[in-house]
Amino acid sequence: MARTLIHVPAAPRRGVPFEVRATIAHPMETGYRTDDSGRAVPRDILTHFECRLDGRRVFAAELHPAVAAHPMVAFFLRAEVGGTLSFTWEGDHGFRQTETVPLTLSP
Amino acid sequence: MAGQPAMNGHRAERRSLVAGLGVGLAAAGLMLHARPLRADEPLAEDLRAAIRRWSGEGLPRTGRVHIDISPLIENGNSVPVTLKVDSPMTEADHVREIALFNERNPQRDVVRVLLGPDNGRAEVSTRIRLATSQRLVALARMGDGSLWQQQVEVVVTLAACVEGG
Repeated sequence: MARTLIHVPAAPRRGVPFEVRATIAHPMETGYRTDDSGRAVPRDILTHFECRLDGRRVFAAELHPAVAAHPMVAFFLRAEVGGTLSFTWEGDHGFRQTETVPLTLSP
Repeated sequence: MAGQPAMNGHRAERRSLVAGLGVGLAAAGLMLHARPLRADEPLAEDLRAAIRRWSGEGLPRTGRVHIDISPLIENGNSVPVTLKVDSPMTEADHVREIALFNERNPQRDVVRVLLGPDNGRAEVSTRIRLATSQRLVALARMGDGSLWQQQVEVVVTLAACVEGG
């Protein structure tokens, strides 16, 4: 399990956009580098990220090797009701990890 | 008579020297103007092809999209970038997708995001790698299918991909 850091405001206002920031510890190895002995380091990239609110997709991103290591994605959400936010990362070699964060709105 | 050919040779030499100087000056003039004009220069063919694969047949108009990035980047391994699009993000009028492309990394794609009215604001931030000084092109596809684009040029002093980082 890779370490993740997810920032969601404690009590965003109903109907007002708030920023969500999700970071995951991952090398995003491009496949273009060589190690100290000159051997090519194999590619290992996270390719997809998505955020769902109670199962409904509210944001998705397609990542490429040009995204820096430990990819951070920040985006806005506007919600009328609270629920559970789930964050899923997918990548090479069958990588898949999901984290959930409760979303509680203030009126 | 004997001096004549030599004279001609000398004159020809001087003429070519003057012509060369003229070309040099013209080149210097072009160089001075090259940077501001660059945004109007056509994009490289592989970049255009990558954009066309994403955009399809539609022709993107310039505007509505903003790329927030430092114009002078010390370290290309992790460069903060924010993409914004002017849009009310309502059911009727919202951004569906934003895509960011680059000119001189090993691959043209950087990141693509799917958005909708649930986002409330068309603004996305991430950190990217830049192999060298180059242009970035961001495009947005709206709910009505219209395409908008913006370009920026950045200078990178320490490139990604050259050392361990």
